[in-house]
Amino acid sequence: MDWYIILAATIKIVVFVFLVTLPLVAMSVWAERRVSAAIQDRVGPNRVGPAGLLQPVADGIKFLLKEDFTPNHVRKSFYWLAPALTMIPSLLTCAVIPFGSQLFGEKMVIADLDVGPLFVFAVASLTVYGIVLAGWASNSKYPFLGSVRSTSQMISYEISLGLSIVPLLMIYGELNLGRIVMEQAQNGWALLPLWGEGLSVKGWLLAVPLFISFIVFTTSMFAETNRLPFDLPECETELVAGYHTEYSSMKFALFFLGEYAAMIIGSGLAVTLFFGGWSLPFGWLTPESLDAEVPFWHGLIHIGVFFGKVILFIIFFIAVRWTLPRFRYDQLMKLGWVVFFELALANVILTALLLMWLK
Amino acid sequence: MAIVVKRPKLKWYEQLYLPALAKGLRVTMGHFFNLLSGKTKVTMQYPEEKWDANLPEYYRGAPALVTDEQQRERCVACQLCEFICPPRAITIKPEEIPSEDRWAKVEKRPKTFDINMIRCIYCGLCEEVCPEQAIYLRKDYAITGTSREEMIHDKQKLYEIGGVREGLVNKWNKLK
Repeated sequence: MDWYIILAATIKIVVFVFLVTLPLVAMSVWAERRVSAAIQDRVGPNRVGPAGLLQPVADGIKFLLKEDFTPNHVRKSFYWLAPALTMIPSLLTCAVIPFGSQLFGEKMVIADLDVGPLFVFAVASLTVYGIVLAGWASNSKYPFLGSVRSTSQMISYEISLGLSIVPLLMIYGELNLGRIVMEQAQNGWALLPLWGEGLSVKGWLLAVPLFISFIVFTTSMFAETNRLPFDLPECETELVAGYHTEYSSMKFALFFLGEYAAMIIGSGLAVTLFFGGWSLPFGWLTPESLDAEVPFWHGLIHIGVFFGKVILFIIFFIAVRWTLPRFRYDQLMKLGWVVFFELALANVILTALLLMWLK
Repeated sequence: MAIVVKRPKLKWYEQLYLPALAKGLRVTMGHFFNLLSGKTKVTMQYPEEKWDANLPEYYRGAPALVTDEQQRERCVACQLCEFICPPRAITIKPEEIPSEDRWAKVEKRPKTFDINMIRCIYCGLCEEVCPEQAIYLRKDYAITGTSREEMIHDKQKLYEIGGVREGLVNKWNKLK
């Protein structure tokens, strides 16, 4: 029944990536503008469609119709390659994130890999190449400086990002995101061990290193996605627009979308690892095991819960962006290499000691 | 002499940065929810809501010509407004009033009276200079058009905006 597997995978890819994630990207741009407006006591875009909901469509049409200008002084091949290289890895990482339990007996994850988080980090780190190429091929000073900053920042924070989830993997003894979520659904979310086996001294003790790793993970995620407290690659005050200064029309939009897609996937990963993915709190509507039959409407609720959590996380991202000022570059590097790297390492050891002691 | 700025010594929990984040989020989210619940008053939603009812008496909108209570056009084509208009938006061609006309004793009236609204700066000098109290700045402010020709107000359009003004108006009162 090979064709059945291929068909199911294709449907999942089309629906999850192109019908859910990409519109979610567009909607998060709208949400960003509306929430920032509300924070600054403004109204924000409210003209196109009800409450301005169709604004992303208008923006998309605008981007498509704009002149696609390629400056004379650029390396054309790399210049054209760069936007795709930032957009594609962000979407590729969708593959391993479980966005629901089951629907029609089919697991709601595109690829049920046993190395989920590793795959995400490996593929997500490819976005660096897009940014490097964009800065280098643009052949002008601001994009160059922006891409240099971005590269060093992403490389630095990838270390703490990877290390920060090691305690979590140690505790669950698992690299399959689907099984991690199942574990959390039955025994309490990583950060809220309030039911199942989690509701014990052991569960609460283990929540301490998990909380530390959550903070390190989230902060590194901000740095990885070039969001505001760490948006040095594109800070308008110094670098015009950073690595995409020379880009226009849809190529610029691809950078923009790639950034937001990375943010959504980051939120999805954070939700999956720390907030129990698609599961409801207190083990409500949780299936017996991963392979157990899940009623149709339970499956729908699980998908809804997952995207609800992701949207809440995105709003958190946005709120933080409009709250914090930008870090200075040396502070950023110091925070990454001196604080978070050590903190993540110490956290691994702390978790190991706790696990040994509690065994 | 250079001034050395003393940096405050941060306590350990202040150096953690997270309490500051929570504080900042409380401020921004406070603004956010105040706006959502309608506690914060935001800007007027212009095309739907307008401020027309609250425009002051001395508001300087589009200049327009007025007729008096006997339907006589007040303008006598003295061309003072054309002369004083800083951006030279006004163009007047005077003509003689034929002797059989009821107002023949007035002698002159404008044959054409054009105000180029692309040039007009709404300064109100035409209104101040007019000895006959014939030109006034009304409260119309949304003067738009899709071509340059449309933006030139001719005599008919100016009387349409201006309408009738009865009696003498003390233009140089306190408000002016």
